[in-house]
Amino acid sequence: MIDKNQKIIDKNLDQEYKYGFTTNIEQIKFEPGLDENVIRKLSNIKNEPKWLLNWRLKAYKNWKKMKEPTWANIHYGPIDYQALSYYAAPKIKSRKNLDEVDPEILDTYNKLGISLNEQKRLEGVGVAVDAIFDSVSITTTFKDELAKQGVLFCSFSEAVIEYPDLVKKYLGSVIPYTDNYFAALNSAVFSDGSFVYIPKNVKCPMELSTYFRMNASNTGQFERTLIIADEGSEVSYLEGCTAPMRDENQLHAACVELIAHEDATIKYSTIQNWYAGDKNGKGGIYNFVTKRGICAGDRSKISWTQVETGSAITWKYPSVILKGNDSIGEFYSVAVTKNKQQADTGTKMIHIGKNTKSTIISKGISAGEGQNTYRGGVKILKNAENARNFSQCDSILIGDKCGAHTFPYIDVKNQTAKMEHEASTSSIGEDQLFYCNQRGIKLDNAVSMIVNGFCKEVFEELPMEFAVEAKQLIEVTLENSVG
Amino acid sequence: MIKIKNLQVSIDEKDILKGIDLEIPKGEVHAIMGRNGSGKSTLANAIAGNEKYEVKNGSIHMNNIDITEMSVENRALSGIFVCFQYPVAIPGVSMAYFLRASINAHFEHQGKEEMDAVEFLNKSKKILNELNLDDSFLKRSINDGFSGGEKKKSEILQLLCLNPKFAILDETDSGLDIDALKTVANGVNKFNSKDNSTLIITHYERLLQYINPDVVHVMVDGKIKKSGDMSLAKEIEKKGYSWLLK
Repeated sequence: MIDKNQKIIDKNLDQEYKYGFTTNIEQIKFEPGLDENVIRKLSNIKNEPKWLLNWRLKAYKNWKKMKEPTWANIHYGPIDYQALSYYAAPKIKSRKNLDEVDPEILDTYNKLGISLNEQKRLEGVGVAVDAIFDSVSITTTFKDELAKQGVLFCSFSEAVIEYPDLVKKYLGSVIPYTDNYFAALNSAVFSDGSFVYIPKNVKCPMELSTYFRMNASNTGQFERTLIIADEGSEVSYLEGCTAPMRDENQLHAACVELIAHEDATIKYSTIQNWYAGDKNGKGGIYNFVTKRGICAGDRSKISWTQVETGSAITWKYPSVILKGNDSIGEFYSVAVTKNKQQADTGTKMIHIGKNTKSTIISKGISAGEGQNTYRGGVKILKNAENARNFSQCDSILIGDKCGAHTFPYIDVKNQTAKMEHEASTSSIGEDQLFYCNQRGIKLDNAVSMIVNGFCKEVFEELPMEFAVEAKQLIEVTLENSVG
Repeated sequence: MIKIKNLQVSIDEKDILKGIDLEIPKGEVHAIMGRNGSGKSTLANAIAGNEKYEVKNGSIHMNNIDITEMSVENRALSGIFVCFQYPVAIPGVSMAYFLRASINAHFEHQGKEEMDAVEFLNKSKKILNELNLDDSFLKRSINDGFSGGEKKKSEILQLLCLNPKFAILDETDSGLDIDALKTVANGVNKFNSKDNSTLIITHYERLLQYINPDVVHVMVDGKIKKSGDMSLAKEIEKKGYSWLLK
């Protein structure tokens, strides 16, 4: 059985990454290397105001004093930050008109199944897209329609110019540049990302999404996303990511900040499918991401849902600071590692306000030689009366060379807190497979059925269209992974 | 239908079945009785093709085709069905999804069009009703948090939906109260026809009273020690197994 498993796992590892193609376009790209001048040049190219340049420079100085964190359960060779290019952008005349975008780039998004053409909108199901290609945003769809409701949705660079007050007020307010090594680096060199502002009492009329595509080689992608939901507003946002197959590792260090004011709700979903490297662990994206939201107002809610299937390394802990009374934080995660992928992911829920509530559902799936770590912290501060947390961390192992690890940290400073923690690890049961087979269901179908069942609670949190995509992604990822 | 010759099976190098000969013609219902550990469930698993059970010797034929080396799934698709004693739970997978996937796997194998959702619901709801199960049963995760009775009924539901050629009931009567036992027995009687065969594995004669098998076998220490008709089951009920151990 084990030999047969191994054979089929090996076969699976030869599978092609569907999104691994490269787009050949003319581009502007910085020479590799990082110093103050690079940051000045970057800020200059983006016509940034002085305060932002200063902020970047402060972040850079701070970063230089910091050390790369080593506490995570991941192993990789040293990253040479001077060997990376910190800006790569296709040559575009104007962002305003889609007709002027390089057809190669439009074709790239078509191949990825992302429509940048507003006419193609299906009746009733609108998804506005901000398309980020390497360091810049290519276009943002449905901007005008959203503006009618006062919703601001644009690239981060554009927001810096158009809405400097909002950016200045909120940038770094949830993740200060002193926060951690990768957040500091991002603060110094971030290139583009998405900006969202939902005005008071507006329910955003469509799903907003950003699609990140890393194309250029030897480049780091450092995007910055800022979402502000004003009082009583509501928004659902989704990000997707892919990258070409390259032999060298590419660095991706993003920061995402969410701010939910009184009675506001932000739902943030991620389908991360960066290139994961080949079966020997060569190439693939190093994904070091800081994501954090603050429930600033009473009765606000932030919900993170993530499906992590790509990247050679994933280091990511989308967190919620529950400051407002009666605020709610949620984290739903499916992380899949196969071949030599490593994921150290989880969340932090920091309860400050009274009657705050958090839910953590984490599902780890390991196949091949994949290593999957859940790391989660729940902190109940002194004044957080009647705080409640429910955590559930389940892991499933496919084959006998992979691993699952769980590190829950709990820190309770208020006696009225109610905490529940459940954890389980199981092998994908031979008994379950046998049962399915005895009912005539083929092995591959049985595996995807069992894994999808395992992930159900998380998939149910995804917006409908993306739940289907997530299911298919898991099926393709795990095809032939047992025998 | 099923012809088993000199079947010897071991688990983890321990010999469990020590030469079973058994023939069940089309249209017949046979019962195998025996004490705990006599090898009854091993026989069910070996016929289904469970890889944990190693066939050391002998053969299994179904409709004159040697299936001894056939995969679990192909045996299932050729018409072998096991009602398990302890069916495993698959959290998050609904009964409806599982059942339909299973039916359609069989349909595909038989070259038939997929069963559509409406037809599936009509068919399964009718059977649910006969088994005194609520329609909402279809929405529950398969065997997850099911009571003992629900698990057995779920197996019978699948049996009736798939309508296999050869069914093995592995202690389907254990842990059932008298009403549930009758319901399950009715289900089995509904399934039995001149076109299929059934093997009932049990400790007790209780279920057999309702089903009335054509032949009763007694298994002792991995072998069939004695075969007879229903009177053999009654004798065991009265005298126990010890007289057969000599």
